[in-house]
Amino acid sequence: MRLYRISWLSLIVHKNLYGTQKRSRRIGFHMKKYLPFIFIAIVLCVSLEVVALLVRSSSPPPPAADSKAVASQVAPATQSSSAPPPPSTTSSINTAAANVATGSVALEEFGDFQCPPCAVIDPVLKKIKADYGNRLQFTFRHYPLMQMHKHALASSRAAEAARVQGRFWEMHDRLYKEQTAWSNAADAVPIFTGYARGLGMDAERFRRDMDSAEVNQRIALDLQRAHSLKVTGTPTLFINNREVPYEQVTDGGLRQAINAALGEKR
Amino acid sequence: MNHIEVRRRSLQANRLTLLYTIVALLALVGLVDALYLTVQHLKGRSARCTVATGCSEVLGSAYASFSGMPIAAFGALAYFTVFSLATLLVFGYSGVRIALMFVVAAMFATTLWLLYVQAFVLRAFCDYCLLSAAFTLTLATLIVVERFESRSRKQ
Repeated sequence: MRLYRISWLSLIVHKNLYGTQKRSRRIGFHMKKYLPFIFIAIVLCVSLEVVALLVRSSSPPPPAADSKAVASQVAPATQSSSAPPPPSTTSSINTAAANVATGSVALEEFGDFQCPPCAVIDPVLKKIKADYGNRLQFTFRHYPLMQMHKHALASSRAAEAARVQGRFWEMHDRLYKEQTAWSNAADAVPIFTGYARGLGMDAERFRRDMDSAEVNQRIALDLQRAHSLKVTGTPTLFINNREVPYEQVTDGGLRQAINAALGEKR
Repeated sequence: MNHIEVRRRSLQANRLTLLYTIVALLALVGLVDALYLTVQHLKGRSARCTVATGCSEVLGSAYASFSGMPIAAFGALAYFTVFSLATLLVFGYSGVRIALMFVVAAMFATTLWLLYVQAFVLRAFCDYCLLSAAFTLTLATLIVVERFESRSRKQ
């Protein structure tokens, strides 16, 4: 009787164990079947989420409340009289030092006309300048990366030669807009002269000014300022003499930094 | 089939699984690199121009996008495909082997073209692009090794 009971018990245990093994084997089979798809789905979701998150983090916030167009956006550039540092080309006559007193923010860009990221950021800067109006004093400084870009110095000279005839910003915009057209040219000077002619400048004078001591001096002063601020690349931006981290050189990042600088003055 | 032959085949199968795992992991790292470049492009700021690197020359050039899409996004897609196929192979879906071979071959050809563009057209190299090229070349080598392994397994 006892033996009979034990054998039944062992049969039940054996059956249960066998069933569990079969079930777990079945689960294992299904797991193995679907596991790669789970991995793939996880990687896909994480990748898309990371890209969306990073791209969204740089999307522009709503524009400033009292947006004013900067009339002098493409107006003739004027040279500031303050020194040091020697301002190169500002969109208004105010300098960084004067801005502190007037309650506006000084945005200083070190750029190279042959640098593709500078051309990419230029429309962003234009929009920011237009939105902030008089609250922002923008200064463009030359930082031609001559070792890297063969026409960097010539393009800076072209912009400064245009400044002599009161067409700096027009030339500045044209150089960035047409960057790919002249970057790979063997000799970019005839192209720049063509731009000058197109902008209604005296082409002969423009060519002379490109090689003038005044133009070279102006670029040299900007380079001197860049070295004193330890600028190593372009575009490099400073807000009230404080460098904007490169990660922040986006529409949203710059507006945030400008708003913070404006907030400090209140 | 004797015992030694069974053991040999089992070892070869393990080697192939290990190889596909390496391919999947490498593709995953490549995916991270390509996604970084894609984000940089979509954010409108490629690596900036510095005296040290030529990234902006490459990433800001006309060769950095195709039909308005950053070329890095295509790279990310390719790496993701390689990761998916290699993962499936690790789990025994042997039917995707040919697809993996074709994708890696296409990546290899594209990488050679992009290296040519960097060296002879733009005359500038981007660190991240070179890293991606190294991943693709390694993937191609691993796939060649896999071909030999599979062939010797069949014999």
